[in-house]
Amino acid sequence: MAASMIGSKVERKEDKKFLTGKGRYTADITLHNQSYAVFIRSPHARAKIKGIDTSKAKKASGVIDVLTGKELQEDKIGGLIAGWKIVSKDGTDMKCPAHPALASDTVNYVGDHVALVIAETLQQAKDAADLVKVDYKVLKAVASTADAMSSETIHEGIDKNLCFDWELGDKAKTDEAFSNADRVIEMNLVNNRLVPNAMEPRASIGDYNSSSEELTLYTTSQNPHLSRLVISAFNALHPEHKFRVIAPDVGGGFGSKIYPYSEDVVVAWAAKRLKRPVKWVCERTESFLSDCHGRDHITKCSLAVKNDGTVTGLKVDTIANLGGYASLFATVTPTYLYGPLVLGLYNIPAAYCNVKAVFTNTAPVDAYRGAGRPEATYMIERLMDRAAKEMGIDRAEFRKKNFIKQFPHQQCLVHNIDSGDYDAHFDKALKLADYANFNKRKAESASKGKLRGIGFSTYIEACGIAPSAAVMSLGAGVGLWESAEIRFNPTGNISVFTGTHSHGQSHDTTFAQIVSDKLGVPFENIDLVHGDTDKGPFGMGTYGSRSLAVGGTAIAKACDKIVEKGKAVASKMLEANVDEIEFKDGEFIVPNTNKKKTIGEIAFACYLPGTYGEIKSPLPDGMEPGLKETAFYDPVNFSFPAGSHICEVEVDPTTGETKVDTYTCVDDFGNLINPMIVEGQIHGGLAQGIGQALYENAYYDETGQLVTASYMDYCMPRADNFPEFRIDYTCTPATSNPLGVKGCGEAGAIASPPAVMNAVVDAIGTEVTMPATAEKVWKALKEKTSSAKKAA
Amino acid sequence: MVKVNLSVNGKQIEKEVPDNTLLASFLRDNLNLTGTHIGCDTSQCGACVVHVDGKSIKSCTMLAADAEGSEVTTIEGLEKDGKLHPVQESFKKHHGLQCGYCTPGMVMSSIDLLKTYKNPTDEEIRKGLEGNICRCTGYHNIVAAVKGAIGKV
Repeated sequence: MAASMIGSKVERKEDKKFLTGKGRYTADITLHNQSYAVFIRSPHARAKIKGIDTSKAKKASGVIDVLTGKELQEDKIGGLIAGWKIVSKDGTDMKCPAHPALASDTVNYVGDHVALVIAETLQQAKDAADLVKVDYKVLKAVASTADAMSSETIHEGIDKNLCFDWELGDKAKTDEAFSNADRVIEMNLVNNRLVPNAMEPRASIGDYNSSSEELTLYTTSQNPHLSRLVISAFNALHPEHKFRVIAPDVGGGFGSKIYPYSEDVVVAWAAKRLKRPVKWVCERTESFLSDCHGRDHITKCSLAVKNDGTVTGLKVDTIANLGGYASLFATVTPTYLYGPLVLGLYNIPAAYCNVKAVFTNTAPVDAYRGAGRPEATYMIERLMDRAAKEMGIDRAEFRKKNFIKQFPHQQCLVHNIDSGDYDAHFDKALKLADYANFNKRKAESASKGKLRGIGFSTYIEACGIAPSAAVMSLGAGVGLWESAEIRFNPTGNISVFTGTHSHGQSHDTTFAQIVSDKLGVPFENIDLVHGDTDKGPFGMGTYGSRSLAVGGTAIAKACDKIVEKGKAVASKMLEANVDEIEFKDGEFIVPNTNKKKTIGEIAFACYLPGTYGEIKSPLPDGMEPGLKETAFYDPVNFSFPAGSHICEVEVDPTTGETKVDTYTCVDDFGNLINPMIVEGQIHGGLAQGIGQALYENAYYDETGQLVTASYMDYCMPRADNFPEFRIDYTCTPATSNPLGVKGCGEAGAIASPPAVMNAVVDAIGTEVTMPATAEKVWKALKEKTSSAKKAA
Repeated sequence: MVKVNLSVNGKQIEKEVPDNTLLASFLRDNLNLTGTHIGCDTSQCGACVVHVDGKSIKSCTMLAADAEGSEVTTIEGLEKDGKLHPVQESFKKHHGLQCGYCTPGMVMSSIDLLKTYKNPTDEEIRKGLEGNICRCTGYHNIVAAVKGAIGKV
């Protein structure tokens, strides 16, 4: 066996099919006798449905049926659920409205689902959709996050549109820190709403076999097992054992494909009802309207600081917009994925965080790359920057002074951080970014009439989601362990089954590297199977940078079981005691002898036990034949990736245009399995975070119309918006999993918005909100000049 | 209905399709060439880029009927004798793709870019790929992949 596969930049197993157009995404699938579906969606942000007239549409050419909420209710199909119960500070449970898969009474955002038209061709379905007459009584919409609590009630019985009023931390102790502080730094922040925009629009195909009563749903999901569970148990559509969910190749997710959507439920139900396949493919504008969005926080925060620069307290008061309904992970995102992380990398002894989650007449907001952690990082890093500037302390020094220095470290809120070395990555980043010569570069920019700024951002994430007992005690409706199965085939190659799902993360490659390393089987003889509930064990899917730390560990543990059984078999075949057998590089050996068996020979023996001519492979007495092991791994703690990012921007004051000139990051993800793939994950995260800071914004007008509902209006970052990224690492292995890995998928999107915004504010010397578009920056500069003139 | 005669990946095709059939839909739905992807409805994303008579074009901006008599190459037509095209090879080598959805369009655009600029600068590559949106890679490794294929197209 050659050198270890771990840490090696192996090219991806996945690439060839995607590069040759042979990927198989849901929209690429065509089933025999397939019909086509189009959703009728609400054009109003808030309205009462007085009636739906489907008669004309039903008579249109090629139409098979038109289904509404009425039929859905007749078939007793349940609504969508919020999967994480949050308890308000007064001890009451969160309040969530009913969320039917097809609205029958009221609609609560533009794009809300009203009816489904099914026809022989897509064109016929589209034409007939125009004939469905929905009689709406339009109601006044609540579109503003800030005003939601003082607006009229959207959902009956949910006062002030408040889902919950949650708190975390010791308020009295924090108040005391503030009353003893030398300085209190305050800040108001907006974390702009984003549309995840995976390049593959969502799609669902339902297929029902009326003789076997098997229902299959092909869907663009990051989490097919959970979709099957939820649709089966809560929507009560079909028994789990006769329901198969297949998420084939999925073109990106970023959180927006974790949870089952109304479309999944309705399309699968329609297929069952009509007894023929029904296919629905989302168009991009539909996707803007109906995919769950991300972020959308308004925050007031303050920092208590001593004159020597020691931070002694933090207060955070956030309003989080949930949109029209509470989506599956919507309630945990602005609470347990946000509140515990507001402390950043800093040793802050007292903190208090209050989050009020509100309903508005906008698309539901749920997890989007980073989910809560970008919002927390944006808050603390903008505030730390502001504090350093107001106190006249170097921003880098101020951060270093307050870093956690000792590990493990129990934070004052929730987390016990097992490992890290924050000075190490910060110092490395300062060097790589050449902070020492920043002023020289600033002067050079100034000589060209440009404004240069530098911004720092340090971050911590809680990844490896998640220890089940811990999260369930906090309201999670499911455990967050992961499963794996290693199936040795008789000829010695391996099928690996995982409950995670790869939609860009390169699991086929990374997980094969782990198995190759653990079992000494060539990389090319190991294939990963995922994305089909009929294959492999139940699992919890991919999100929260969990797949490697939790799913990878389950794989490693299943490998250990294989080795354990292999040793027992080898001991019989090699006529040695089992505790004498050693396993190394794919061979079971008896040390100091020439006796050995390869793992392939052992696998063969497990499947052909006995003596047949030359084959002599007796199994130990009572041992079951076969070589297949399953492991379920429940992590003991979260993992805590951390890092330091430094951004330099150049602003053209005549146009307000901001150019990201350099971007440097040094991250500590613990051990790396495939650095090439890790780099790719960082790049992608950075692009989404820089996109949030400078370009992207989902904007609803006061009537609840989404103004930015296409790529013409919503600025997706392009190749020429970015510099070449400078990337380096430090490594303190995670102690919470045997691989020592921490997770890397979300880091870029978490760290980069404050790095960019701190740089922009440093450059222009005045505050501006995200996205810092040319127009906003230009206006901010004008305002600054005119108020300076007035003051003079 | 309109009759369309064209060559796709070197194969002569004759089909009768509705007049308003876009080239993108024609390739996907009539020829089952699902490597050409559809990522938007405003001709912004570039996932559907193919070559028509050697030039890259967003196949959602063209009617199938307008391709009458043309030679169309899609992502499925690049591999020759089981060997990847140098640009495909370079995308693999430089990890220029993750979820793979934008990849076919990105590869087709990159090939045209490398024909237009024999030795492009980073800036020319980044500007040249403005019509293709990728959400996974941050474009960093796509630029590296295009650079890696300079002189090989």
